[in-house]
Amino acid sequence: MSIVVDLRDAVVVFNGFPALAEASIEVQRGEIVLLQGPNGAGKTTLLRACAGLLPIVRGEASVLGVDLCVDRQSVRPRVGLLGHANGLFADLTIRENVLFWAQMVGASEAEVVSTLQRFGIDGRLAEQKVMQLSAGQKRRCALACLVVRRAELWLLDEPHAGLDASARDEIDAIIREACAAGATVLIASHELERARGLATRSVSVIAGRVVS
Amino acid sequence: MSTQLSLGRIARAVAAKDLRIELRSRVVINQIFPFAGLVMVMFAFALDNDDVLTRVAGGLVWLATLFSLIIIIQRSFAVDSADGALEAQRVAGLNPAGIFVGKALAVMVQLVTLEIMLFFAAVVLYRVELHSDGAVLLVTCVISATAGLSFVGTLYGGLTAGARGRETLLPLLMLPVVAPVLIGATRATESAFMSGGAAVSDGWPWVGVLVVFAAVFGLGGILSFGSLIEE
Repeated sequence: MSIVVDLRDAVVVFNGFPALAEASIEVQRGEIVLLQGPNGAGKTTLLRACAGLLPIVRGEASVLGVDLCVDRQSVRPRVGLLGHANGLFADLTIRENVLFWAQMVGASEAEVVSTLQRFGIDGRLAEQKVMQLSAGQKRRCALACLVVRRAELWLLDEPHAGLDASARDEIDAIIREACAAGATVLIASHELERARGLATRSVSVIAGRVVS
Repeated sequence: MSTQLSLGRIARAVAAKDLRIELRSRVVINQIFPFAGLVMVMFAFALDNDDVLTRVAGGLVWLATLFSLIIIIQRSFAVDSADGALEAQRVAGLNPAGIFVGKALAVMVQLVTLEIMLFFAAVVLYRVELHSDGAVLLVTCVISATAGLSFVGTLYGGLTAGARGRETLLPLLMLPVVAPVLIGATRATESAFMSGGAAVSDGWPWVGVLVVFAAVFGLGGILSFGSLIEE
Protein backbone atom coordinates (compact mmCIF):
# COMPACT_ATOMS: atom_id res chain seq x y z
CA MET A 1 0.00 0.00 0.00
CA SER A 2 1.30 3.48 -0.79
CA ILE A 3 0.88 6.57 1.33
CA VAL A 4 -1.48 9.10 -0.24
CA VAL A 5 -1.62 11.71 2.53
CA ASP A 6 1.33 12.31 4.82
CA LEU A 7 1.15 15.34 7.12
CA ARG A 8 3.74 15.75 9.85
CA ASP A 9 3.36 18.58 12.36
CA ALA A 10 1.69 20.65 9.65
CA VAL A 11 0.64 24.17 10.59
CA VAL A 12 -1.95 26.12 8.57
CA VAL A 13 -2.76 29.68 9.52
CA PHE A 14 -6.21 30.90 8.56
CA ASN A 15 -7.19 34.54 9.19
CA GLY A 16 -4.22 34.90 11.55
CA PHE A 17 -5.32 31.88 13.58
CA PRO A 18 -3.55 28.48 13.50
CA ALA A 19 -6.46 26.41 12.16
CA LEU A 20 -4.15 23.40 11.94
CA ALA A 21 -1.65 23.26 14.79
CA GLU A 22 1.06 20.66 14.21
CA ALA A 23 -1.39 18.17 12.72
CA SER A 24 -0.06 14.77 11.70
CA ILE A 25 -1.94 12.13 9.71
CA GLU A 26 -1.01 9.32 7.37
CA VAL A 27 -3.54 7.84 4.94
CA GLN A 28 -2.89 4.79 2.76
CA ARG A 29 -4.27 4.29 -0.75
CA GLY A 30 -7.79 2.83 -0.76
CA GLU A 31 -8.59 3.88 2.81
CA ILE A 32 -11.77 5.71 3.82
CA VAL A 33 -10.79 7.86 6.77
CA LEU A 34 -13.39 9.67 8.84
CA LEU A 35 -12.40 13.00 10.38
CA GLN A 36 -14.58 13.64 13.39
CA GLY A 37 -14.57 16.53 15.79
CA PRO A 38 -16.51 19.57 16.92
CA ASN A 39 -17.24 22.59 14.73
CA GLY A 40 -14.19 24.77 14.20
CA ALA A 41 -11.79 21.98 15.14
CA GLY A 42 -10.00 22.16 11.79
CA LYS A 43 -11.60 19.35 9.74
CA THR A 44 -12.43 21.53 6.76
CA THR A 45 -9.04 23.25 6.98
CA LEU A 46 -7.34 19.85 6.91
CA LEU A 47 -9.30 18.88 3.78
CA ARG A 48 -8.55 22.20 2.06
CA ALA A 49 -4.88 21.97 2.96
CA CYS A 50 -4.76 18.46 1.45
CA ALA A 51 -6.35 19.89 -1.72
CA GLY A 52 -3.48 22.37 -1.98
CA LEU A 53 -5.75 25.34 -1.33
CA LEU A 54 -4.13 26.53 1.89
CA PRO A 55 -0.40 27.06 2.41
CA ILE A 56 1.46 24.93 4.96
CA VAL A 57 3.46 27.46 6.94
CA ARG A 58 5.39 24.92 9.05
CA GLY A 59 5.91 21.17 9.19
CA GLU A 60 5.80 18.69 6.32
CA ALA A 61 2.93 17.80 4.01
CA SER A 62 2.88 15.43 1.09
CA VAL A 63 -0.22 14.45 -0.88
CA LEU A 64 -0.04 11.87 -3.69
CA GLY A 65 3.71 12.23 -3.55
CA VAL A 66 3.64 16.01 -4.07
CA ASP A 67 5.35 18.14 -1.43
CA LEU A 68 2.72 20.77 -0.61
CA CYS A 69 5.30 23.01 1.06
CA VAL A 70 6.99 23.39 -2.34
CA ASP A 71 4.17 23.03 -4.86
CA ARG A 72 0.45 23.31 -4.10
CA GLN A 73 -0.69 23.50 -7.73
CA SER A 74 0.31 20.22 -9.30
CA VAL A 75 -1.61 18.09 -6.78
CA ARG A 76 -4.93 19.80 -7.53
CA PRO A 77 -5.85 18.01 -10.77
CA ARG A 78 -5.50 14.67 -8.92
CA VAL A 79 -7.66 15.69 -5.95
CA GLY A 80 -11.42 16.17 -5.74
CA LEU A 81 -12.83 18.39 -3.00
CA LEU A 82 -16.56 18.35 -2.41
CA GLY A 83 -17.64 20.81 0.25
CA HIS A 84 -21.03 22.19 1.20
CA ALA A 85 -21.46 23.44 -2.38
CA ASN A 86 -21.66 20.96 -5.23
CA GLY A 87 -19.63 22.99 -7.73
CA LEU A 88 -22.25 22.51 -10.44
CA PHE A 89 -23.63 24.87 -13.08
CA ALA A 90 -27.34 25.23 -12.28
CA ASP A 91 -28.42 26.20 -15.82
CA LEU A 92 -26.73 23.18 -17.41
CA THR A 93 -28.06 19.63 -17.46
CA ILE A 94 -26.48 16.76 -15.53
CA ARG A 95 -24.92 15.43 -18.74
CA GLU A 96 -23.49 18.85 -19.67
CA ASN A 97 -21.99 19.31 -16.21
CA VAL A 98 -20.29 15.92 -16.28
CA LEU A 99 -19.22 16.45 -19.90
CA PHE A 100 -17.59 19.77 -18.97
CA TRP A 101 -15.31 18.04 -16.47
CA ALA A 102 -14.72 15.16 -18.85
CA GLN A 103 -13.47 17.64 -21.46
CA MET A 104 -11.07 19.08 -18.90
CA VAL A 105 -9.23 15.78 -18.57
CA GLY A 106 -9.74 14.58 -22.13
CA ALA A 107 -12.20 11.84 -21.10
CA SER A 108 -14.38 10.41 -23.85
CA GLU A 109 -18.14 10.82 -24.24
CA ALA A 110 -18.45 7.05 -23.72
CA GLU A 111 -16.82 7.49 -20.30
CA VAL A 112 -19.42 10.14 -19.47
CA VAL A 113 -22.27 7.86 -20.53
CA SER A 114 -20.99 4.93 -18.46
CA THR A 115 -20.44 7.17 -15.41
CA LEU A 116 -23.98 8.54 -15.67
CA GLN A 117 -25.30 4.98 -15.84
CA ARG A 118 -23.23 3.88 -12.83
CA PHE A 119 -24.56 6.78 -10.79
CA GLY A 120 -28.16 6.26 -11.89
CA ILE A 121 -28.40 9.73 -13.41
CA ASP A 122 -28.67 8.71 -17.06
CA GLY A 123 -31.58 8.73 -19.50
CA ARG A 124 -34.14 11.50 -19.18
CA LEU A 125 -32.74 12.55 -15.80
CA ALA A 126 -29.38 13.36 -17.45
CA GLU A 127 -31.11 15.96 -19.61
CA GLN A 128 -32.61 17.80 -16.61
CA LYS A 129 -31.13 21.10 -15.54
CA VAL A 130 -29.26 20.89 -12.23
CA MET A 131 -31.52 23.57 -10.76
CA GLN A 132 -34.47 21.15 -11.13
CA LEU A 133 -32.81 18.32 -9.21
CA SER A 134 -33.21 17.14 -5.62
CA ALA A 135 -30.32 17.55 -3.16
CA GLY A 136 -29.43 13.86 -3.49
CA GLN A 137 -29.40 13.97 -7.30
CA LYS A 138 -27.16 17.06 -7.20
CA ARG A 139 -24.75 15.26 -4.86
CA ARG A 140 -24.64 12.22 -7.16
CA CYS A 141 -23.96 14.52 -10.11
CA ALA A 142 -21.13 16.24 -8.20
CA LEU A 143 -19.58 12.86 -7.33
CA ALA A 144 -19.93 11.78 -10.97
CA CYS A 145 -17.89 14.86 -11.89
CA LEU A 146 -15.14 13.70 -9.51
CA VAL A 147 -15.15 10.29 -11.17
CA VAL A 148 -14.81 11.60 -14.74
CA ARG A 149 -12.12 13.98 -13.49
CA ARG A 150 -10.30 10.81 -12.36
CA ALA A 151 -9.65 12.25 -8.91
CA GLU A 152 -7.40 9.90 -6.94
CA LEU A 153 -8.05 11.50 -3.54
CA TRP A 154 -11.62 12.42 -2.60
CA LEU A 155 -11.95 15.05 0.12
CA LEU A 156 -15.58 15.12 1.21
CA ASP A 157 -16.85 17.72 3.64
CA GLU A 158 -20.20 16.65 5.13
CA PRO A 159 -21.21 14.57 2.09
CA HIS A 160 -24.46 13.45 3.76
CA ALA A 161 -25.67 16.90 4.77
CA GLY A 162 -29.19 17.73 3.62
CA LEU A 163 -29.88 14.27 2.15
CA ASP A 164 -32.61 11.80 3.02
CA ALA A 165 -31.84 8.22 4.10
CA SER A 166 -32.02 6.66 0.65
CA ALA A 167 -29.84 9.38 -0.89
CA ARG A 168 -27.30 8.83 1.91
CA ASP A 169 -27.23 5.12 1.14
CA GLU A 170 -26.60 5.91 -2.52
CA ILE A 171 -23.74 8.28 -1.66
CA ASP A 172 -22.18 5.63 0.62
CA ALA A 173 -22.38 3.05 -2.17
CA ILE A 174 -20.68 5.46 -4.59
CA ILE A 175 -17.88 6.16 -2.10
CA ARG A 176 -17.31 2.43 -1.49
CA GLU A 177 -17.26 1.79 -5.23
CA ALA A 178 -14.73 4.61 -5.76
CA CYS A 179 -12.46 3.12 -3.11
CA ALA A 180 -12.74 -0.31 -4.67
CA ALA A 181 -11.63 1.32 -7.92
CA GLY A 182 -8.50 2.69 -6.22
CA ALA A 183 -9.52 6.10 -4.86
CA THR A 184 -8.69 7.22 -1.34
CA VAL A 185 -11.30 9.13 0.66
CA LEU A 186 -11.16 11.54 3.58
CA ILE A 187 -14.57 12.41 5.02
CA ALA A 188 -15.35 15.16 7.50
CA SER A 189 -18.72 14.45 9.00
CA HIS A 190 -20.96 15.01 11.97
CA GLU A 191 -23.11 12.02 10.99
CA LEU A 192 -20.86 9.79 13.05
CA GLU A 193 -22.91 6.61 13.13
CA ARG A 194 -23.32 6.51 9.36
CA ALA A 195 -19.80 7.71 8.58
CA ARG A 196 -18.22 5.18 10.98
CA GLY A 197 -20.05 2.41 9.14
CA LEU A 198 -18.57 3.66 5.90
CA ALA A 199 -15.02 4.46 7.05
CA THR A 200 -12.20 1.97 7.36
CA ARG A 201 -10.68 4.13 10.10
CA SER A 202 -11.61 7.23 12.03
CA VAL A 203 -9.52 9.96 13.62
CA SER A 204 -10.50 12.95 15.72
CA VAL A 205 -9.56 16.50 14.92
CA ILE A 206 -9.46 18.60 18.06
CA ALA A 207 -8.21 22.20 18.20
CA GLY A 208 -6.29 21.79 14.95
CA ARG A 209 -4.58 18.54 15.98
CA VAL A 210 -5.27 15.03 14.70
CA VAL A 211 -5.84 12.47 17.44
CA SER A 212 -6.00 8.78 16.47
CA MET B 1 -4.02 9.89 -13.16
CA SER B 2 -5.52 13.14 -14.38
CA THR B 3 -4.21 14.78 -17.50
CA GLN B 4 -4.14 18.53 -18.01
CA LEU B 5 -5.30 20.16 -21.20
CA SER B 6 -3.82 23.03 -23.14
CA LEU B 7 -4.89 26.61 -22.51
CA GLY B 8 -6.75 26.64 -25.84
CA ARG B 9 -8.87 23.59 -25.09
CA ILE B 10 -9.74 24.80 -21.59
CA ALA B 11 -10.63 28.23 -23.00
CA ARG B 12 -12.85 26.64 -25.66
CA ALA B 13 -14.65 24.46 -23.11
CA VAL B 14 -15.15 27.36 -20.68
CA ALA B 15 -16.41 29.69 -23.44
CA ALA B 16 -18.79 27.03 -24.78
CA LYS B 17 -20.06 26.38 -21.25
CA ASP B 18 -20.67 30.10 -20.56
CA LEU B 19 -22.43 30.61 -23.89
CA ARG B 20 -24.57 27.51 -23.36
CA ILE B 21 -25.59 28.82 -19.94
CA GLU B 22 -26.54 32.13 -21.56
CA LEU B 23 -28.53 30.42 -24.29
CA ARG B 24 -30.41 28.46 -21.62
CA SER B 25 -31.06 31.32 -19.22
CA ARG B 26 -31.48 34.00 -21.95
CA VAL B 27 -30.51 36.74 -19.48
CA VAL B 28 -28.64 38.73 -22.15
CA ILE B 29 -31.45 38.42 -24.68
CA ASN B 30 -34.38 38.92 -22.32
CA GLN B 31 -32.89 41.44 -19.88
CA ILE B 32 -29.66 43.07 -21.06
CA PHE B 33 -30.73 43.73 -24.67
CA PRO B 34 -33.94 45.49 -23.56
CA PHE B 35 -31.96 47.37 -20.88
CA ALA B 36 -29.39 48.63 -23.41
CA GLY B 37 -32.18 49.50 -25.86
CA LEU B 38 -33.94 51.46 -23.14
CA VAL B 39 -30.74 53.36 -22.36
CA MET B 40 -30.52 54.36 -26.03
CA VAL B 41 -34.16 55.51 -26.03
CA MET B 42 -33.68 57.47 -22.78
CA PHE B 43 -30.65 59.23 -24.26
CA ALA B 44 -32.81 60.19 -27.23
CA PHE B 45 -35.49 61.60 -24.91
CA ALA B 46 -32.93 63.44 -22.79
CA LEU B 47 -31.04 65.08 -25.67
CA ASP B 48 -34.10 65.50 -27.95
CA ASN B 49 -32.16 67.11 -30.77
CA ASP B 50 -31.39 65.27 -34.00
CA ASP B 51 -28.15 67.13 -34.68
CA VAL B 52 -26.80 66.56 -31.19
CA LEU B 53 -27.87 62.90 -31.24
CA THR B 54 -26.18 62.30 -34.59
CA ARG B 55 -23.03 63.99 -33.30
CA VAL B 56 -22.84 62.00 -30.02
CA ALA B 57 -24.30 58.70 -31.25
CA GLY B 58 -20.94 56.91 -31.05
CA GLY B 59 -20.43 57.89 -27.42
CA LEU B 60 -23.97 56.86 -26.48
CA VAL B 61 -23.55 53.43 -28.07
CA TRP B 62 -20.34 52.84 -26.12
CA LEU B 63 -21.85 54.15 -22.87
CA ALA B 64 -24.78 51.75 -23.25
CA THR B 65 -22.23 49.00 -23.96
CA LEU B 66 -20.30 49.84 -20.77
CA PHE B 67 -23.43 49.74 -18.61
CA SER B 68 -24.38 46.40 -20.14
CA LEU B 69 -20.84 45.07 -19.69
CA ILE B 70 -21.16 45.50 -15.93
CA ILE B 71 -24.28 43.33 -15.88
CA ILE B 72 -22.83 40.73 -18.25
CA ILE B 73 -19.65 40.38 -16.15
CA GLN B 74 -21.58 40.15 -12.89
CA ARG B 75 -23.81 37.48 -14.42
CA SER B 76 -20.81 35.61 -15.87
CA PHE B 77 -19.22 35.21 -12.43
CA ALA B 78 -22.49 34.81 -10.52
CA VAL B 79 -23.35 31.59 -12.39
CA ASP B 80 -19.91 30.22 -11.50
CA SER B 81 -19.98 31.32 -7.86
CA ALA B 82 -23.57 30.33 -7.02
CA ASP B 83 -22.84 26.67 -6.25
CA GLY B 84 -19.08 26.93 -5.86
CA ALA B 85 -18.29 26.08 -9.51
CA LEU B 86 -15.56 28.72 -9.78
CA GLU B 87 -13.89 27.25 -6.71
CA ALA B 88 -14.34 23.76 -8.18
CA GLN B 89 -12.43 24.90 -11.28
CA ARG B 90 -9.70 26.34 -9.07
CA VAL B 91 -9.54 23.21 -6.90
CA ALA B 92 -9.34 21.05 -10.02
CA GLY B 93 -6.19 22.93 -10.96
CA LEU B 94 -7.53 24.13 -14.32
CA ASN B 95 -5.12 26.51 -15.98
CA PRO B 96 -6.44 29.91 -14.78
CA ALA B 97 -5.25 31.52 -18.00
CA GLY B 98 -7.58 29.13 -19.87
CA ILE B 99 -10.48 30.07 -17.61
CA PHE B 100 -9.69 33.77 -18.16
CA VAL B 101 -9.50 33.50 -21.95
CA GLY B 102 -12.62 31.29 -22.10
CA LYS B 103 -14.73 33.63 -19.99
CA ALA B 104 -13.45 36.68 -21.91
CA LEU B 105 -14.31 35.00 -25.24
CA ALA B 106 -17.86 34.29 -24.07
CA VAL B 107 -18.25 37.91 -22.90
CA MET B 108 -16.87 39.07 -26.27
CA VAL B 109 -19.48 37.10 -28.22
CA GLN B 110 -22.28 38.52 -26.06
CA LEU B 111 -20.94 42.08 -26.34
CA VAL B 112 -20.54 41.96 -30.13
CA THR B 113 -24.13 40.72 -30.47
CA LEU B 114 -25.27 43.55 -28.21
CA GLU B 115 -23.22 46.15 -30.11
CA ILE B 116 -24.73 45.10 -33.46
CA MET B 117 -28.15 45.73 -31.92
CA LEU B 118 -27.02 49.08 -30.46
CA PHE B 119 -25.55 50.33 -33.74
CA PHE B 120 -28.78 49.34 -35.47
CA ALA B 121 -30.68 51.30 -32.80
CA ALA B 122 -28.37 54.30 -33.38
CA VAL B 123 -29.17 54.22 -37.10
CA VAL B 124 -32.90 54.09 -36.40
CA LEU B 125 -33.15 56.41 -33.36
CA TYR B 126 -30.30 58.88 -33.95
CA ARG B 127 -30.35 58.82 -37.77
CA VAL B 128 -26.62 58.24 -38.12
CA GLU B 129 -25.34 57.18 -41.52
CA LEU B 130 -22.57 54.71 -42.11
CA HIS B 131 -20.59 55.24 -45.29
CA SER B 132 -18.71 52.43 -46.96
CA ASP B 133 -15.40 54.21 -46.21
CA GLY B 134 -16.11 54.04 -42.49
CA ALA B 135 -17.35 50.45 -42.38
CA VAL B 136 -13.89 48.87 -42.09
CA LEU B 137 -12.90 51.36 -39.41
CA LEU B 138 -16.11 50.68 -37.47
CA VAL B 139 -15.69 46.89 -37.62
CA THR B 140 -12.04 47.12 -36.51
CA CYS B 141 -12.99 49.53 -33.74
CA VAL B 142 -15.78 47.22 -32.51
CA ILE B 143 -13.50 44.18 -32.48
CA SER B 144 -10.59 45.86 -30.69
CA ALA B 145 -12.76 47.80 -28.19
CA THR B 146 -14.83 44.71 -27.41
CA ALA B 147 -11.69 42.66 -26.82
CA GLY B 148 -10.36 45.32 -24.42
CA LEU B 149 -13.66 45.58 -22.55
CA SER B 150 -13.97 41.80 -22.27
CA PHE B 151 -10.45 41.37 -20.93
CA VAL B 152 -10.80 44.16 -18.35
CA GLY B 153 -14.28 43.00 -17.36
CA THR B 154 -13.17 39.39 -16.87
CA LEU B 155 -10.10 40.47 -14.93
CA TYR B 156 -12.08 42.65 -12.54
CA GLY B 157 -14.93 40.14 -12.43
CA GLY B 158 -12.46 37.54 -11.15
CA LEU B 159 -11.02 40.03 -8.68
CA THR B 160 -14.39 40.89 -7.17
CA ALA B 161 -16.07 37.46 -7.56
CA GLY B 162 -15.53 36.48 -3.94
CA ALA B 163 -15.67 39.96 -2.45
CA ARG B 164 -18.38 41.32 -0.23
CA GLY B 165 -20.36 44.09 -1.99
CA ARG B 166 -19.10 42.92 -5.40
CA GLU B 167 -22.16 44.40 -7.16
CA THR B 168 -21.00 47.94 -6.38
CA LEU B 169 -17.29 47.17 -6.22
CA LEU B 170 -17.10 45.96 -9.82
CA PRO B 171 -18.27 49.20 -11.51
CA LEU B 172 -16.27 51.31 -9.05
CA LEU B 173 -13.06 49.50 -9.94
CA MET B 174 -13.73 48.80 -13.60
CA LEU B 175 -15.24 51.99 -15.01
CA PRO B 176 -12.18 54.23 -14.44
CA VAL B 177 -9.96 51.60 -16.05
CA VAL B 178 -12.10 51.32 -19.20
CA ALA B 179 -12.22 55.11 -19.68
CA PRO B 180 -9.52 54.92 -22.43
CA VAL B 181 -11.72 52.42 -24.32
CA LEU B 182 -14.72 54.71 -24.02
CA ILE B 183 -12.71 57.67 -25.34
CA GLY B 184 -10.91 55.75 -28.09
CA ALA B 185 -13.95 53.82 -29.28
CA THR B 186 -16.11 56.96 -29.27
CA ARG B 187 -13.59 58.94 -31.34
CA ALA B 188 -13.09 56.07 -33.79
CA THR B 189 -16.85 55.56 -34.13
CA GLU B 190 -17.42 59.28 -34.72
CA SER B 191 -14.81 59.10 -37.47
CA ALA B 192 -16.49 56.04 -38.96
CA PHE B 193 -19.82 57.88 -38.95
CA MET B 194 -18.04 61.07 -40.17
CA SER B 195 -20.07 62.96 -37.59
CA GLY B 196 -19.10 66.54 -36.69
CA GLY B 197 -16.94 66.81 -39.82
CA ALA B 198 -14.58 64.04 -38.71
CA ALA B 199 -12.64 62.14 -41.37
CA VAL B 200 -12.34 58.36 -41.44
CA SER B 201 -8.56 58.59 -41.30
CA ASP B 202 -8.81 60.41 -37.92
CA GLY B 203 -10.18 57.23 -36.35
CA TRP B 204 -7.29 54.86 -37.05
CA PRO B 205 -4.89 56.21 -34.38
CA TRP B 206 -7.68 55.64 -31.82
CA VAL B 207 -8.04 52.06 -33.05
CA GLY B 208 -4.31 51.72 -32.40
CA VAL B 209 -4.93 52.80 -28.79
CA LEU B 210 -7.73 50.22 -28.49
CA VAL B 211 -5.51 47.43 -29.85
CA VAL B 212 -2.70 48.27 -27.40
CA PHE B 213 -5.21 48.44 -24.53
CA ALA B 214 -6.67 45.04 -25.44
CA ALA B 215 -3.20 43.50 -25.79
CA VAL B 216 -2.03 44.85 -22.41
CA PHE B 217 -5.10 43.68 -20.50
CA GLY B 218 -5.28 40.39 -22.38
CA LEU B 219 -1.71 39.57 -21.47
CA GLY B 220 -2.13 40.98 -17.95
CA GLY B 221 -5.20 38.80 -17.43
CA ILE B 222 -3.49 35.65 -18.69
CA LEU B 223 -0.59 36.24 -16.32
CA SER B 224 -2.49 37.38 -13.23
CA PHE B 225 -5.93 35.72 -13.27
CA GLY B 226 -4.67 32.74 -11.27
CA SER B 227 -3.52 34.89 -8.37
CA LEU B 228 -6.71 36.97 -8.50
CA ILE B 229 -9.02 34.00 -7.99
CA GLU B 230 -6.68 32.30 -5.50
CA GLU B 231 -7.56 32.53 -1.82
